[in-house]
Amino acid sequence: MTVGLFIPCYVDQFYPQVAIASLQLLEKLGCTVLYPSSQTCCGQPMANSGYEHLSHSCNQLFIKNFAEYDYIVCPSGSCTLHIKDHLHDAAAAATATAIRHKVYELTEFLTDVLKVQQLSARFPHKVGMHQSCHGQRGLHISQMTELVAAPFSKPLQLLKLVQDIELVTLNRNDECCGFGGTFCVAEEAVSVKMGKDRVADHLQQHADYITGVDMSCLMHMEGILKRQHKNVQVIHIAQILNGEA
Amino acid sequence: MQTHNNHAALSEVFNKDEERVNWHDETLWWVRQKRDKAAWTLPEWEQLREAASKIKMNTLSDLNAYLKEFEKNAQRNGIIVHWAIDSQEHNAIVHSILQKHQVTEIVKSKSMLTEECHLNEYLAAQGIDVVDTDLGERIVQLAGEAPSHIVLPCIHKKKEEIGELFHVHLGTPAGNADPQLLTNAARLHLREKFLSRRIAITGVNFAVAETGEFVVCTNEGNADMGAHLADVHIACMGIEKLIPQRKHLGVFLRLLARSATGQPITTYSSHFSKPQPGQEIHIILVDNQRSTQLGREDFRNSLKCIRCGACMNTCPVYRRSGGHSYHTAIAGPIGAILAPNLNMKDNADLPFASTLCGSCSNVCPVKIDIHTQLYKWRQVITQEGYSPAGKTAAMKLMAVTLSKPGLYRLAGKAGRWCIRHLPFLVNNRLNPWYKQREMPAAPEQSFATWYKKNRPAEKK
Amino acid sequence: MPLNSREKILAAVKKNQPPLEPLPAATAIVPIQFDNPLEKFKSVLEGIGGVVLQVNDLLQVAAYVNNSFKEGNKYVTTIASLTDVDQVDHSAKAHTLEDVEVAIMAADFAVAENGAVFITASSLKTRALPFICQHLVVLLPQHEIVHTMHQAYERIGAATYDYAVFIAGPSKTADIEQSLVLGAHGPKTMTVCLLADNYLPNR
Repeated sequence: MTVGLFIPCYVDQFYPQVAIASLQLLEKLGCTVLYPSSQTCCGQPMANSGYEHLSHSCNQLFIKNFAEYDYIVCPSGSCTLHIKDHLHDAAAAATATAIRHKVYELTEFLTDVLKVQQLSARFPHKVGMHQSCHGQRGLHISQMTELVAAPFSKPLQLLKLVQDIELVTLNRNDECCGFGGTFCVAEEAVSVKMGKDRVADHLQQHADYITGVDMSCLMHMEGILKRQHKNVQVIHIAQILNGEA
Repeated sequence: MQTHNNHAALSEVFNKDEERVNWHDETLWWVRQKRDKAAWTLPEWEQLREAASKIKMNTLSDLNAYLKEFEKNAQRNGIIVHWAIDSQEHNAIVHSILQKHQVTEIVKSKSMLTEECHLNEYLAAQGIDVVDTDLGERIVQLAGEAPSHIVLPCIHKKKEEIGELFHVHLGTPAGNADPQLLTNAARLHLREKFLSRRIAITGVNFAVAETGEFVVCTNEGNADMGAHLADVHIACMGIEKLIPQRKHLGVFLRLLARSATGQPITTYSSHFSKPQPGQEIHIILVDNQRSTQLGREDFRNSLKCIRCGACMNTCPVYRRSGGHSYHTAIAGPIGAILAPNLNMKDNADLPFASTLCGSCSNVCPVKIDIHTQLYKWRQVITQEGYSPAGKTAAMKLMAVTLSKPGLYRLAGKAGRWCIRHLPFLVNNRLNPWYKQREMPAAPEQSFATWYKKNRPAEKK
Repeated sequence: MPLNSREKILAAVKKNQPPLEPLPAATAIVPIQFDNPLEKFKSVLEGIGGVVLQVNDLLQVAAYVNNSFKEGNKYVTTIASLTDVDQVDHSAKAHTLEDVEVAIMAADFAVAENGAVFITASSLKTRALPFICQHLVVLLPQHEIVHTMHQAYERIGAATYDYAVFIAGPSKTADIEQSLVLGAHGPKTMTVCLLADNYLPNR
């Protein structure tokens, strides 16, 4: 079975180490992984801004790049959700539908398809897990606090396989960080205030690292942490699971 | 860009006082937590939400018949039924009833519909004095403000500010901010109004088609004090507030207060069927573009709303921007999907005042897919031409760049080079990201470049 | 002939309403059941500032009222057999009740999950009574307590009432910085007197 690696545009450009970690992790777990090199972006920044009607070429390019794989795996809940919900092409409807059914966020791929029970990773630090909204409420990779329902978390399930990691308990388990795509600049004041509050929660619990499934959230929180001259660092879950120490 | 109807600009002003934002945010988050606690006492909570959603969907899908059924039964019980196509007609009907009874002073309990219709301003212009009797509403009325939350009207006001307001208007001691004392002062002040005014306006929480009765829920008892002491009781209702059968009240009354404030029920749930001997009850059924929303396939679910406010309490943006930043009668997530239907131009900003986190949809007791509708409204608003020209140009450029791999790679490389070698180009006041955040570091090579170098065999 | 607003609205609704969606099945909700509805009712009502006491007869009710409420001197009731207390003059305007200190009335039944009692207009006769008094006392046969609102409406069935109200505790508000204050516009206190099983007061 082949895995097509779908890398968010901002990860490709600004956080290649997250893509490298995702690739290496999947390979360690026995997957044949290929990265279609002419991929660009899922089109979410335009769609969420009201310009879904301009994303047709993006959709076509995505279909062209990924149609042939058995699975498409992405280290981002947000981008995965966008493809799942919004990938359409009237000229290739069946292919688009097929892709929507075989696209996975990285952690859900590990728990649901690869059924990972152990990892050889070690991360001896205090870590706060940020529940990125689209993965959580959109892809249901973990339970949300709004529902009266049994708790579960696929990312946490994997983090618990990492040796010597110490996970902190936050005051607000699943509040949005405020990145929100173009929201981060269009509503700068509220976006930053939300990010500051998330960061403050992790700082209060003395986390050394903040992790999560979406680098966009982490990039936003990292920007705030650096402006505040804090030593707390952000790290994508792929990097922890892949054994970076 | 105008600031008076721009959520981003108004929020920026709101955020200048960070301590106050923290206070506003923590207060409303606490209300959300009370809701959670109440919801978890009922193992059947999610069943209730699903049933409520289905009942409302059934109601909307048969609304024409239910409206006629309600009217027939209400009239049979002696209630006078009026129909108002828009807010102007609603206001005129209210006024005509007042004129008929030669009344110029009235009391009004909470009705978001009357806020939507700007009833108070209309009546004031006709020389009618309206006293809002819900404590929170009276406070904002004295302050000359609109309510900022549909259930907690003055949640944005500190008790010291309320104390000052009451000192000026009700003669309470200067500097006194004790909630008990202030509430007692309001009790006496408003009691005099209940006893002296002959016409009372209330809202309607639920109207039952099967029986022609309607239900009004309050904690304070002000709706009842007004209605039972008045010669004329005028109830104002959006047409979507119908439910099919009396027994459905069991579902909605179990969900409403738990969702709104975490209480199992409001202190009073008053069921009005017939007027008291010698009294008139009028009910005004208001459309005001609800029938238009009903025809919008993507947005009609917004009409299921029972006005609990849970979406506002959970919304991280609402909590940090305040209801007034939404510049519309109903704020927050539900307001953002209702208001564009009323006036798309004035409310074009609202669906964008969100990160689409989805929390709202999951606390909504009637399962409105709020965050999905926010996304869809963004598309409609853009297609209708209410997006700024600069944004459209930028998006078109983005669409082109992202559809051509070579151009995308070039743009990425150039951008990263700029950040590394000419940081002042991005690290400045013109870059909104940079205002309160550092830019991400710009690596020498993208992942695609790394992959090409390190995995040459797997060329694709 | 031009359509009036009623016709316009009904026509617009008919045109725009979606295809019919069914109501949920009767079994869609499995409501909570309490081991002891009476205890649950008591604890919820006390939690929202209500007072609950067990009484064996109406004399005890009168005694409780006389001992507990020292202010004001106008105590009224709608219960005919409560002969120690003045009967409400239902022919007078409701405004004449504005100086009522304590009002004593009877409830049909109560709801355990939320501490509410159910009272109809045929009991009240003067609707303003439970709101205009300073203190409310309600008599309730102690086993007329249902678990949830679903059972409440099953019990009400298709009965006709001119007016009816669920009352859960004293009036209150938290509009001033979320500080809970008991006694907004309605009564400042509410007492439920639970009547022993074999006692059925005339109403």
